[in-house]
Amino acid sequence: MIIRSRSVVIGAGALLAMAAVAVLTLGTGDYPIAPADVVKTLAGQGNAAQAFIINELRLPRVITAVLVGMALAAGGAIFQSITRNPLGSPDILGITNGAGTAALAVVILGGSSTQLSLAAVAGGIATALIIQLIGGRRGLQGYRFILIGVGMTAILNGIMGWLLTKGVQMENARALLWLTGSFDGRGWEEALPLLGVLIVAIPVLAIACGPGLRMLEMGDDIAAGLGVPVKRLRNGALLLASLVVSCAAAAAGPVAFVALIAPNIARRVTRAPGPNLLPSMAIGALLTVAADWLAMHSGYPLPVGVVTGALGGGYLVWLLISERKAGRI
Amino acid sequence: MNGSPPLSTIDTVPEQRVRRAAGLLVALAALVAVLVLGIGFGARFLTPGEVWAGLVDPDSPYYRIVHEMRLPRTLLGLLVGLALGLAGAIMQALTRNPLADPGLLGINAGASAAVATSAAFLGVATFSGYVWFALAGAAAVTALVYAVGGGRAATPARLALAGAALNAALYSYVSAVLLGNTASIQKVRFWTVGSLASADFDTLKRLTPFVVAGVIIALLAARPLNALALGDDAARALGARPGLIRAMVIVAVTLLCGSATAACGPIIFVGLLIPHLVRPITGPDLRWMLPYTAVLAPVLLVGADVLGRVLGSPGELQVGVVTAVLGGPLFLYLVRVAK
Repeated sequence: MIIRSRSVVIGAGALLAMAAVAVLTLGTGDYPIAPADVVKTLAGQGNAAQAFIINELRLPRVITAVLVGMALAAGGAIFQSITRNPLGSPDILGITNGAGTAALAVVILGGSSTQLSLAAVAGGIATALIIQLIGGRRGLQGYRFILIGVGMTAILNGIMGWLLTKGVQMENARALLWLTGSFDGRGWEEALPLLGVLIVAIPVLAIACGPGLRMLEMGDDIAAGLGVPVKRLRNGALLLASLVVSCAAAAAGPVAFVALIAPNIARRVTRAPGPNLLPSMAIGALLTVAADWLAMHSGYPLPVGVVTGALGGGYLVWLLISERKAGRI
Repeated sequence: MNGSPPLSTIDTVPEQRVRRAAGLLVALAALVAVLVLGIGFGARFLTPGEVWAGLVDPDSPYYRIVHEMRLPRTLLGLLVGLALGLAGAIMQALTRNPLADPGLLGINAGASAAVATSAAFLGVATFSGYVWFALAGAAAVTALVYAVGGGRAATPARLALAGAALNAALYSYVSAVLLGNTASIQKVRFWTVGSLASADFDTLKRLTPFVVAGVIIALLAARPLNALALGDDAARALGARPGLIRAMVIVAVTLLCGSATAACGPIIFVGLLIPHLVRPITGPDLRWMLPYTAVLAPVLLVGADVLGRVLGSPGELQVGVVTAVLGGPLFLYLVRVAK
């Protein structure tokens, strides 16, 4: 693994900014706590009431937000590297729709939260497998892969719409809330499994897949000539990235566009080739925590997915136009 | 020019013309058959004879069922299929892009986002209210997609990807709007799937002028679009005005997609599928392709609606779901066989 000082500085800066916003978020609520007191409490110096509110009530939610942001960004970084396209994120290629369709089916059937999470993971992985299967012998190359994902997304959207017409009103509200992504009521039981997955998956993606993916960005033939097992690497990285994204979706719903934006920003600011896994994760965490803070201060009970959706929509239009100007689209 | 006939004779191969005209008659027969099936199918199946009696004879026991319930639904399917099919065909011609489809490129989603906004924030609840918002939304996305992907360097895949990205953004906006308002989820959730179930004569009456205007503009654009296929310079030499043609197509697509979406929600793949099925018969000549598309797209839509009612019985599977699930695999097939 090559360590670039620019990437390290940017990753560390994003993490610091994320920590600052997290302190503000921890102080926000029915019982406001000043930032200085939040820091004191986190260091174990606060009074008992503040310790309870922060450590028991608010911290688990913020930690979930951080982990979800990291996981989505990591998955998105791998996807964009494999597709060699800034738009090739799991949001657009059907992975999150696969997770959403399976989760929706569970909601409509009246399943428990655990069943919903398991279904979301299974749905995301199944979609990734189907995309690989349709990709066929010639393997998943650039645009073919993207178009297969676009087709899958369209089919899954149809099925999701149909499922939404099946449920009764309350279930639909729950289903839509889940599909948008929200951290309300999320805590350790969501955060810990996700943390486990990240601890296992990220080192594999960063150390085992990262260098190969960086070479793959130069083209399949060059990478193969340099001794990269092209097909195995691509399929393996794709499945693992899908697993990470689906687990994030299982924890808080598929928070829109984090997987698209974070790796984009990371690549632009670090100016480094390859998946930029760790800087992307830092920026992803900053994005979700900041979006959650914005949602809390909107004066209206917005789920975080609405904020990232709005930010992401704007970013997307800008990206489309700038890619067009640069003649890349 | 290996093997293809000299340009001057393309138009005048009589045999080919007869074959195409005969094919169009067969397609028309299929359309009539599907329309009869669409009217006949339901809780009580009507034979073609009973359908005819129900249509023309006020004393027939089926007159009320046919006129109040089944005819509006079938006619709505006809109009919407026509609109989406033609919109897809002229978009494919204009962008020279075999993957252009109003659903895939986000135009229907743009109309749907505008309608959801009007329903949730402005309390609009009727077609005549929706339609203007839908037209505005469709126009905005058409212009954006065209600006992003209409350039000469745009590849089919890139345009489809730009559309997919817009779709994702618009869908997340629609669900955000619906989340803020549980009552509106109930009201528009059927609509956001794409369904003919709410058809009535009032909606039909208001939809028709938009679709007719769109169809006329699309058909007028057929000949100049053929010229434009040779490139801007060649088209100018043939007396066509590229800027005007582009404007015509954008207006037609907006009218067709916006009004169709306002009437029954975003429906995907009709505009992609039919031109692809028609092209092997007619070749790229739009003067044949558009009529074929206009006849066969309603066959697909009304057929999909009947299929949805068969598969979903005793309820129904919305037509938008059926076209997505039928059209998706064809799209995947096209991608798979493409180089």
